[in-house]
Amino acid sequence: MIAEQLAGKRIAITGSTGFVGTALVERLLRGAPGCELVLLIRPSKRHDATERARREIFKNNAFDRLKQELKDAGGETFDEMIARRVLALGGDVSTDGLGLNDADKAVFAGCDIVIHSAAAVSFDSPLDLAVEINLLGPPRIADTLNAMNVTPHLVAVSTCYVAGNRRGNAPEMLVSDGPWDIGLDWRKEVAATRRLRGDTEAASRHPEQLAKFRAEARQELGAAGAPALAAKTESLRLAWVKAQLVEAGRARAASVGWPDAYAFTKALGEQAVTEVKGKVPVSIVRPSIIESALAEPFPGWIRGFRMAEPVILSYARGLLKEFPGVPEGTVDVIPVDIVVSAIIAVAALGPERAAPITQVASGGINPLKYKMLVDNVRAWFTEHPLYDDEGQPIVVPEWQFPARGRVKEQLERAKSIAERTEKVLQALPLRGKQAAWAASLEEKKNEIDRAYEYVQLYGLYTECEAIYQVDKLMAMWASLSPEDQAAFNFDPTSVDWPTYISTIHLPSIVHHSRAKVRPGKNKIDRAARLRGNVLSPDRHLAAFDLENTLIASNVVESYSFLATRRLNMPERVRYVVRTLAEAPTLSSIDRKDRADFLRFFYRRYEDAPVDQIAEDSKDLLAQLILRKSFPDGLRRVREHRALGHRTVLITGALDFAVEGLRPLFDEIVSAKLSVRPDGTYSGNLSVVPPTGETRAQILADYCEAEGLKLEESIAYADSSSDLPMLEAVGFPVAVNPETRLAAIARKRGWLVEEWAKASGAPSKLLPLGTMLSERERRRSFTKEGVR
Amino acid sequence: MGRPGFVHEVDRSTPPVLFWRGENFSLERLPAGRSRVIYPPEPLPAIKDIDGAIRHALLHPHDQDPLPALLFPGMKLTIAFDDVSLPLPKMRRPDIRQRVIEAVLDLVAAAGVDDVHIIAALGLHRRMHEYELRHALGDRVYDAFHPRGMLYQHDAEDHDNLEVIGTTDHGEVLEINKRAADSDLVIYVNINSVSMDGGWKSITTGLASYKCLSHHHNGETLQNTKSLMGHREHSALHTSIWRLGKVLRDHGPKLFQIETTLNTDMFPEQYAFINKREWEWTAKDRATYLGVSKGLNLLPVKARRKMFHDIHSPHQMTSVQAGETSAVHELTLAKVFEQQLVPVEGQTDILTLGIPFVSPYNPDSVMNPVLVMCMGLGYLFNMYRNKPLVRKGGVIIMTHPTYRDFNPIHHPSYIDFFEQVLPDTTDPVVMGQKWEKQYAEDEWYRHLYRTGNAYHGVHPFYAWYWGAHGQQHAGKVIIVGGDAPTVRRLGFTPASTLDDAFEIASDVVGRTPTISHLHVPSLLVADVQ
Repeated sequence: MIAEQLAGKRIAITGSTGFVGTALVERLLRGAPGCELVLLIRPSKRHDATERARREIFKNNAFDRLKQELKDAGGETFDEMIARRVLALGGDVSTDGLGLNDADKAVFAGCDIVIHSAAAVSFDSPLDLAVEINLLGPPRIADTLNAMNVTPHLVAVSTCYVAGNRRGNAPEMLVSDGPWDIGLDWRKEVAATRRLRGDTEAASRHPEQLAKFRAEARQELGAAGAPALAAKTESLRLAWVKAQLVEAGRARAASVGWPDAYAFTKALGEQAVTEVKGKVPVSIVRPSIIESALAEPFPGWIRGFRMAEPVILSYARGLLKEFPGVPEGTVDVIPVDIVVSAIIAVAALGPERAAPITQVASGGINPLKYKMLVDNVRAWFTEHPLYDDEGQPIVVPEWQFPARGRVKEQLERAKSIAERTEKVLQALPLRGKQAAWAASLEEKKNEIDRAYEYVQLYGLYTECEAIYQVDKLMAMWASLSPEDQAAFNFDPTSVDWPTYISTIHLPSIVHHSRAKVRPGKNKIDRAARLRGNVLSPDRHLAAFDLENTLIASNVVESYSFLATRRLNMPERVRYVVRTLAEAPTLSSIDRKDRADFLRFFYRRYEDAPVDQIAEDSKDLLAQLILRKSFPDGLRRVREHRALGHRTVLITGALDFAVEGLRPLFDEIVSAKLSVRPDGTYSGNLSVVPPTGETRAQILADYCEAEGLKLEESIAYADSSSDLPMLEAVGFPVAVNPETRLAAIARKRGWLVEEWAKASGAPSKLLPLGTMLSERERRRSFTKEGVR
Repeated sequence: MGRPGFVHEVDRSTPPVLFWRGENFSLERLPAGRSRVIYPPEPLPAIKDIDGAIRHALLHPHDQDPLPALLFPGMKLTIAFDDVSLPLPKMRRPDIRQRVIEAVLDLVAAAGVDDVHIIAALGLHRRMHEYELRHALGDRVYDAFHPRGMLYQHDAEDHDNLEVIGTTDHGEVLEINKRAADSDLVIYVNINSVSMDGGWKSITTGLASYKCLSHHHNGETLQNTKSLMGHREHSALHTSIWRLGKVLRDHGPKLFQIETTLNTDMFPEQYAFINKREWEWTAKDRATYLGVSKGLNLLPVKARRKMFHDIHSPHQMTSVQAGETSAVHELTLAKVFEQQLVPVEGQTDILTLGIPFVSPYNPDSVMNPVLVMCMGLGYLFNMYRNKPLVRKGGVIIMTHPTYRDFNPIHHPSYIDFFEQVLPDTTDPVVMGQKWEKQYAEDEWYRHLYRTGNAYHGVHPFYAWYWGAHGQQHAGKVIIVGGDAPTVRRLGFTPASTLDDAFEIASDVVGRTPTISHLHVPSLLVADVQ
């Protein structure tokens, strides 16, 4: 009896936070009440091993059944049982010695069985990561055990796909013992990979590369200030390094006959552990593609999406019109509970009775044909369609079983069109609705990217024509008592594929994906919910940018208004012509650096009499600011005030130009010009205009000084140059965002407001001051004030 | 001498009738046999020697000493005048206020009075722009007084410059402009376009504080104001104002009221067809109508608006009287009714109203949706004496594009009122209790009212209250040709054509309702028997 064989045993498990690991922990706790578990978990930045176990394992719905059973039985609670039977150790299979301290090492040494299920399962892991975990993980465990002179039974979870790209039967034996071994030396692979890592890092720091990253960051963020650009540039560099290593993994695997780095490193890992195991007895369990549970802990249980799910969902969303594959090819899928039962059976039988390698797969004995899978998926989604954002059902396309090359070609074409369109759109001065539309286009592009990735990664698996033999598995099955067979089902023939697909797997993944399964628009408006968050009495401070956030105007307009106020008609015409002629220069300075532009532009106020400007500015509010204001924006400011929030205006405009807005704000941070003794402006700034990252700093300082919390604050802005300020606060709001900010806001789920000028506002072609009467003009200052 | 007003029973030979539709018109055919069109009397002849008449009025006042006898050197004199809400459209230069004030100032100068302040009595209305002040008072007065700070606009929020005169037996506190309260004499220069205005209302609203105004400018009072334009005793608003007037007379400064009336010659020659009865249209009128209305359709709304607001009306003074407020006002009312009163027999099921481009609260601005309600239910519905033209529970149909346009300089609080208050409630009493205080005391609106050209924060409520009685009286209100969501927000029903509107109204008034159409322009008060 399996449960009895495991009674009193202490079982160490790696990878327990993963899909198979969680199912394994659950199954052992429920099905083998006599065993104890030692979970080797890598501490994260925030949480230690115990906390990670609590959050990431025991909160999972896999344990609902066990919790209920314990509750029904009375007696020990779930938490008490965990405390009694489970111990979490901080450890890491990607470092030598597994990163265990001495005390933990002793606990680890006391284990009777070690189940190694930790892996970098992603098919697109960077090569170095895959090597460190998948290749070196198993030998490291064996080394550690040997070093401590203990010999527990090591059950290593691998994958059927170690067999590589081949047709025909794949038996349950080491690839290196098979007829097609090409004699790879795993140690050389490790060395080469580590060298590659170093080389790639070095290449990424090449000046030309760095300049490229910088340009790309600027393209995405615009004039967001040095720190934001630096952060983005560095993250682009890291992403580039990763992409290089992913590509390297794919290329290396393909060159030696494996579909991807995952299978390749797993294969070498098996070889390595067999070579270095010494006295430690090793059993290898090789599942094929693991999918949602057939029955345990409940039908359809799944954790995380890895392979078939994203492809199926992309298809159901109408995104993936075709997926390559051979209709009569076999998709080797196996439910997770069957895999877990097999692992437990191997562990219970012990090294003497269990086979050295056991494959858990369906292809050889109960194959699921690609066509059957596709037909069932299509039939199911035709009956239960997903719905798009408009609440309309998405019609799933007919599957054509195209060759991989054709699908790739189609996607590549779509991708390049989308990329070009995106470039063009980003260069256009779009705002508001158009910008949001452009941002949605970017989302489409990402979807195409993803589809392309799927095809590249998983296409091979649907074309795989290897048949995985399960003789050892079936022999083990035959040796079990009927009770064990009932409790630990690992018989692949027990799966009825059509039933499994349409009543277990698809409902489960659709449920997990939170896709829209009902017609009609969403009842709860996302924007309304976010607005509720923003307009909550709990918030502390609301900061507003001015231009294009509260008013559709800019410093050039307010200057023009003031400058022309005392000019007569011919002078006005000259002014307009001159300003239009300067426009290209001005806008190019502005694009490069906002602060430079303001400094340059404000020099025009040189010699302007302070009291004349002060008097003329009085009209600025009614005649320019209000006319160009967004009433919704002004109302929002007052709503914040009514809720007791501090309101702050942060603008590059000059103090006198925004004086009229003072009653709306508790604090106005603006630029100031220095004044000469003769009462005229010098044209130089005495207070530098707050732009880019300085805005974030000003807010942070203000909050600190006033005892307010930045994470309880709100910032409203319209451009990506305000990104540092938006990122600094807890509740960023993009107002009429330009394309780049619209894309960022969309990605990060920020509230986006579309505010418009009052439609009845009097329109003026040029932002010139109202002409004063002849008499007033004559009275005006004799000194030629504003040029 | 113009012809008197006239009720025309629509028969099969009646041509389509002119309806205002904001910045345009339409000709609509009314059902024969059960419709009537109420035409205003034609314009009364203007006084020929206007300046002579003004001088005569100042020297021969009613129940008051002649003006020169009230003036003495060293005295404190305040002249207050009606603001930009009157007259509509603005009159051709010189404005009647300019003429009166110049005449007054001649006497004032002769008497050696130099402490003279001129105050625009705008209550909670927006401050006038410079060009508007210049238009109303003339450049001479403006340039002489404004630079020296002796011409300015009343500020109902300047608490240092307000003074309590007294309290009525109903507990209403009269608080007015301090300069006026402290003056030896206050001269009020009025234009009496409609019978609702003038009399004690001039000072007790034009120079009053918000607190003082809120005694009678509220939903409940206006719901009980069953006769805004007719008999004072049926108007809760006027009863309250007359109580305040008594306090002003007994405890306030000495007053000298000058009231003027205008004829209804409202539109210049090129729009002559507007003032005419449709069956009397000449071929030229027809052609102009076609040209104007088709031409307007081609223009963007802003250009149309500008065109209409740029109209300088040829209307002219028909009477001027000065002296003691009550005595003067009775004479004024008589003259107003002489120009505007039309006897009408009985009420009908439906009242149709064409809403023009302007109301007292949007000169040189946008007729926003709130003002459409105010103009229709507050002003035009109330143009009656004795009984409303439409029976209780009847239907009021208005024609207006009712776009969701607001002028952000003049009507900032209207925008928020429309977006915040109206979705919550359209009931005047409920909104008064729930929302009014918040708008009245808003610092931002106060700032814009005091330093900009914005109506006071509470003003949209007042505009809404103005229609309170009409809203209560009508069983249904339909707007033809309006932006549907905006019309619904007002609590009304949108219809695309007048025929649709009659169809919709049939739920309330049946299939063969009787219909009155108030032919505006120009102005008329229906004396419903």
